[in-house]
Amino acid sequence: MKNLADLCLGETGWVRNAAGGLSQRLRDLGFTRGAGVECLLAAPGCGMRAYRVRGAVIALRQRDARQVIMEDGRHE
Amino acid sequence: MSKARAIVLAGNPNVGKSTVFNALTGLRQHTGNWPGKTVSAARGTCELDGEAFTIIDTPGAYSLHAHSAEEEAAMEAICFGHADAVIVVCDAACLERNLNLLYQVMEITDRVVLCLNLLDEAGKQGIRVDMNALSGFLGIPVVGACARDGKGMKELLRAASRTMDHNAEPKRAGYSSAIEQAASDLAECLREPLKGIINPRFAALRLMEKDACFRRELAKRMVINASIEAAIQRARDQTGLSPEELSAQLTESVYHAAEEACTLSVHTTKQRTENQLKWDRRLTGWAGVPVMLLLLAVVFFITLKGANWPSEGLTAFFAKAETILQNGLEALHLPDFWTALLTEGAFRTLGKVVAVMLPPMAIFFPLFTLLEDSGYLPRVAFTLDGMFEHCHACGKQALTMCMGCGCNAVGVTGCRIIDSPRERLIAVLTNSFIPCNGRFPMLFAMLTLFFAGGGLGGALASAGLLTGLAALAVGVTLGVSRLLSVTVLKGVPSSYTLELPPYRKPQFGRVILRSLLDRTLFVLGRAASVAAPAGVIIFLLTHLQAGGQTWLAHITAFLDPLGRLMGLDGVILAGFLLGFPANEIVLPMILLAYTAGGSLQEMTSLTALGGILRAHGWTALTALNLMLFSLFHFPCATTLLTIRRETGSAKWTVFAFFLPTVIGMILCMMMAGFAKIF
Repeated sequence: MKNLADLCLGETGWVRNAAGGLSQRLRDLGFTRGAGVECLLAAPGCGMRAYRVRGAVIALRQRDARQVIMEDGRHE
Repeated sequence: MSKARAIVLAGNPNVGKSTVFNALTGLRQHTGNWPGKTVSAARGTCELDGEAFTIIDTPGAYSLHAHSAEEEAAMEAICFGHADAVIVVCDAACLERNLNLLYQVMEITDRVVLCLNLLDEAGKQGIRVDMNALSGFLGIPVVGACARDGKGMKELLRAASRTMDHNAEPKRAGYSSAIEQAASDLAECLREPLKGIINPRFAALRLMEKDACFRRELAKRMVINASIEAAIQRARDQTGLSPEELSAQLTESVYHAAEEACTLSVHTTKQRTENQLKWDRRLTGWAGVPVMLLLLAVVFFITLKGANWPSEGLTAFFAKAETILQNGLEALHLPDFWTALLTEGAFRTLGKVVAVMLPPMAIFFPLFTLLEDSGYLPRVAFTLDGMFEHCHACGKQALTMCMGCGCNAVGVTGCRIIDSPRERLIAVLTNSFIPCNGRFPMLFAMLTLFFAGGGLGGALASAGLLTGLAALAVGVTLGVSRLLSVTVLKGVPSSYTLELPPYRKPQFGRVILRSLLDRTLFVLGRAASVAAPAGVIIFLLTHLQAGGQTWLAHITAFLDPLGRLMGLDGVILAGFLLGFPANEIVLPMILLAYTAGGSLQEMTSLTALGGILRAHGWTALTALNLMLFSLFHFPCATTLLTIRRETGSAKWTVFAFFLPTVIGMILCMMMAGFAKIF
């Protein structure tokens, strides 16, 4: 299954759900079912990635991004 | 007159909430957009048409599901503060996300006003919000504002005042019928015990979700007995969802409503320019690292150069003031000793500390605040986070380290921006490894005197060496952070989210003023409070004699063997000890001990200084070890006081004293040992 960390730079995906210890925080930031997320920036190395979600830009560590499961196709 | 009615200000971080607060209360309160500034709710007052209101500011929060100490404080103020109205400040350019908090607040009270801030900025991005449509959809008043220019503040107050008298009917987000039924059943059970505490429906939902923070706050105000516990479980069973699934559904429903509200009211007339994104890609990639270093170097250059003449001015001023004080004390016919103790001891040290500390800080911190206000700093944390993750620490530590360059005490206070207590403590304990403004002049002097000659080549060589020292400081900070996280502060890197706000033009005037008041004077006050007593001690040590020698001479003699072992000498160690009130006075203290003068002296010229030091046997090795020990030794008194306050623990304060000292001693001994072998 695809997760947020699999999203390439410039690619857009749709959230299925967020898991793990950060799940409620991620949902509060807008990573809820059906939300469109675009990967905007990548820090050097295997550092953070920044995502545009609901008009804001949120950076996550890749280990945390892996906790966000994405839809395989466009969610309707 | 009746009691002033209270209005709580709520909002996401970075929406200009503090600006709204200041615009409403007329800067009568101490706030700043310093992350972690508003830890407890700040209060202010304002007036409209003869009626007084109390305005309560809360820390920025994304949600009432608290995730940090600040959000807990915000949640407590909003949920249990019993305000007469709540104003939710939203960023017009990022409305959908901001509505999440608004919808949560609407579940607590009917008296809510939405303040749509930063309208001008949204306009520039081609975003237009139909406020009537939004207000109609949400069922609450919506007031547009540009708090920076003070626009919309009167209307905002008027709207808040009106909602207190005429209850609006907010249109809340709807949940599935099973959830609604379970929540209303549980709310019925809670109605009596929760009377006058909080809206029972909201409490019911939060209890069903197992929101630990909320429950803890609620338990302070009511007893959650077995029958209530059973009712909560019953309600949960009724929904057929786990608490986690329930949370997910609630937030999902809220965002559904928010999406609908935005579709209805937000119109994007032109495409967002991708220019900013292009810049952002450059600034946060590999190329961003040299840019960052360059920026920091520029900030330093301006600080060190710019601080020279005000420092001289202040020194002259304090010298005059000292004469006046001395004359005054003599007129009182105090014994000579006491006059000297107060003037040459306490006052001169105080004056020296203020004169050398104030100008660099008054330049560094406003510059830093400008960077902060422009939105650049979170990008620094973003770019460097990978390094910190490897060390099991938080990327925001990079920012506290930058602040530490200005002053370690401010760096330590800045650690509040780190949510995880473990990682915050790591950042606090390692902050003093980063050389502050007070240590740079000595590092510079050593480099110029012992390692690089004059001219362009010399300047380049000393710049290179300084960079090496800075790299060493950063390396040791990272290494020790890693070491701490596998020993006394065990733990894996915590999860955190970091918002990268859009770049903004800083608000020069106000920001500079605030940063002066908040940071500079704050540190100065503390530094001054330790400088005067320390001055008295220094004076006594240099004037009281035992066995024909001053106490200072006894101390240096005692420290000499240890100093020699570290490639230094007793006088240098005594200098560091006496420089405890402020790092700036370490070198003057060393000179004082060498020349056996009675009080703090002015460093004359660099060559004269070099002559004195070489005459006392200083070599390049001495200078190198002095620089190493300057980087790695106990934090100054001000910083330690701040560590004590921030950690609330004497144990960690003592640890913060010994950790860098031990590292510095080991490094110096190793250097001295190597030098002997080769």
